[in-house]
Amino acid sequence: MAEKKEIIPKKHPMPAQDPVARARNFNEVALGYDEETAVAEARRCLQCKKEPCRQGCPVEVYIPQFIKLVAERDFAGAIKKIKEKNALPAVCGRVCPQENQCEKYCTMGKKYEPVAIGRLERFCADWELARGVETPETAPPTGFRVAVVGSGPSGLTCAADLAKKGHDVTIFEALHVAGGVLMYGIPEFRLPKKVVQAEVENLKKLGVHIETNAVVGKFATVDELMEEEGFDAVYIGTGAGLPHFMGIPGENSCGVYSANEFLTRTNLMKAYRFPECDTPIKVGKKVAVLGGGNVAMDAARTALRLGAEESWIVYRRSEKELPARHEEVEHAIEEGVKFALLTSPTEIIADDNGWVKGMKCIKYELGEPDASGRRRPVPIEGSEYEMEVDTVVVAIGQGPNPLVPRTTRGLELGKKGNIVADPETGATSKSGVYAGGDVVTGAATVILAMGAGRVAANSIHEYLMNKKGRN
Amino acid sequence: MFKILEKRVFSPIIKEMVVEAPRVAKKCQPGQFVILRLNEEGERIPLTIADFDREKGTITIVFQEVGKTTKQLGTMEAGEYILDFVGPLGTPSHIEKFGTVICVGGGVGVAPVFPIARALREAGNHVIGIMGSRTKELMFWEDKMREACTELFVTTDDGSYVRKGFVTDVLKEVIEERGKDNIAMVLAIGPQPMMRACCNVTREYGVKTIVSLNALMVDGTGMCGCCRVTVGGKTRFVCVDGPEFDGHEVDFAELARRGATFREEEQRAMEHHTCQCGCGGGK
Repeated sequence: MAEKKEIIPKKHPMPAQDPVARARNFNEVALGYDEETAVAEARRCLQCKKEPCRQGCPVEVYIPQFIKLVAERDFAGAIKKIKEKNALPAVCGRVCPQENQCEKYCTMGKKYEPVAIGRLERFCADWELARGVETPETAPPTGFRVAVVGSGPSGLTCAADLAKKGHDVTIFEALHVAGGVLMYGIPEFRLPKKVVQAEVENLKKLGVHIETNAVVGKFATVDELMEEEGFDAVYIGTGAGLPHFMGIPGENSCGVYSANEFLTRTNLMKAYRFPECDTPIKVGKKVAVLGGGNVAMDAARTALRLGAEESWIVYRRSEKELPARHEEVEHAIEEGVKFALLTSPTEIIADDNGWVKGMKCIKYELGEPDASGRRRPVPIEGSEYEMEVDTVVVAIGQGPNPLVPRTTRGLELGKKGNIVADPETGATSKSGVYAGGDVVTGAATVILAMGAGRVAANSIHEYLMNKKGRN
Repeated sequence: MFKILEKRVFSPIIKEMVVEAPRVAKKCQPGQFVILRLNEEGERIPLTIADFDREKGTITIVFQEVGKTTKQLGTMEAGEYILDFVGPLGTPSHIEKFGTVICVGGGVGVAPVFPIARALREAGNHVIGIMGSRTKELMFWEDKMREACTELFVTTDDGSYVRKGFVTDVLKEVIEERGKDNIAMVLAIGPQPMMRACCNVTREYGVKTIVSLNALMVDGTGMCGCCRVTVGGKTRFVCVDGPEFDGHEVDFAELARRGATFREEEQRAMEHHTCQCGCGGGK
């Protein structure tokens, strides 16, 4: 080893757009490291032998190895190393909750701030995207055809892995563009759509066919894909496309959106460019977003960008329990999103024309921990009050979209309508049919969905190879 | 891309198109709809399937020019392409042998009624068709309806064709004449006020009435919840639970309010629409 390294206790800060300016535009907030910063940050890594960071990563990216390459300025080598495990690094570097994953276990983090693993991952991916991605080699064609239903993170990952193994893969996407939640859900200012489309283009270079405007369960069922269209196996990654509502009076008033609708109008349909783009969206002066997850933060920050004067997160637990990524909460606060914590609405009040004019709310306090390990919110009697708002976005979660689960014969479903799949293999109760991502787990993270896509790709490959052996 | 194979102009604002969409044509059933998008900046709009030909792989749509997208679509010609065309969406009509059924089509609603009436008749029902429009110029598909239905009544609001009267007037007369106990079901599709009025007529007689709702939609697969409507006190999604519901249970007032959510913006979109296509936007 050379001379003793100087310890830099803090992460190199992420250059970002000024909060005041960015709260009114849809450009990406975090601007990314430059080469010098990336190299300097990579040198903070202790290169410890135990690699605790990797255990925190759902897809076990070779973290110390890629960081070492960054420190050595071998950026091409670094991205190649990442891609051995992660098919969508430009996406993950931006949207993974690193503080609960890799960075949580970083040895540096015990005494100082952890290494900014996510930022380095993003740096490598962007470095490659800017230079044109090298198409990885694919195995010789196997002659097997696999249908992937849904083009979100798990479907994209599964398709990429299967294509590399030589299978003929077709992705069926219900919407008019591939990417799933990466396109309709996560906002432009957090994940630019051109980054997603670059990943989709890479997939096409691998030979993956993408059929948009194709709603499986409607134009054909999973059974028909296998029996009539000649697919040897199917992967279902249809996500959590069913919005939950509160079930309180007044929820169907005008000006009440599900987060899915609010974000889909804005992201997928580009309502922020109305009237240049046809799809409208309406935000009033004061917006209340119900919920405390990433989707809620996305909606609250989007509302400001669409011109709301005030944007409020209304959440029934305290700040500590907010399920959103730490950075998202921070960004939201910087941009001026306000928080009504330990608060939940009991009724949405409409004016004579049916438009939202307020919410009846009740205050909560935290009681004993519940099944999730978080302290259970308990309503405080007599604490009811009225909050004046003119737009409400319900962001309390999504369930599995029932279109595919309900139309597939012999598919075991869970109580919440989710598909039951073996976490080790992705296998469902139906032979040749695999599933993963939010349609199995309920709404979770991009990286978990990708991990499930990868696991299933390996099992599907094995299944097809065994099938070949038998024939 | 989906090719427009044929175009027919029924009136300056009502047009028919036959679109090449083999995936949709292979599986669609009466009562289902498609969502289309014309270009990269376009919105997604739902249109009910008016007819289909499985062998040729085509879908027929009939639309009235009410907003920017339908106006733009109206300027397109055979040979041109629609960017996105997805379906079949929604739950198909419930078709079985009920006995005598009345199928009411108001205005452009005649188009979606047609394949349902045909299927009901093929299932062995005695199908009484009632079709109406504001005036003679807006009337279309009388021939197709006459073929699909066992008997057909035609009316115009202004009396410019066949007779003067609303479809509800005819509906009432037919129920009175045949006896409410001899009518197994009524299907009514058209503008919301017309469907609501039909339901008010049949409610008095206690005749079950199915309506096909037109709500605002984005994805059309149950993902966004924009199209939610209260039916029998419960929130349902028109795109996946419908579009057909028991009309006596539908909260039409709420449906109308929600449908008007973006009225100002729709107006602005029309004003902004200053393209050179001659569709009349921007004036």
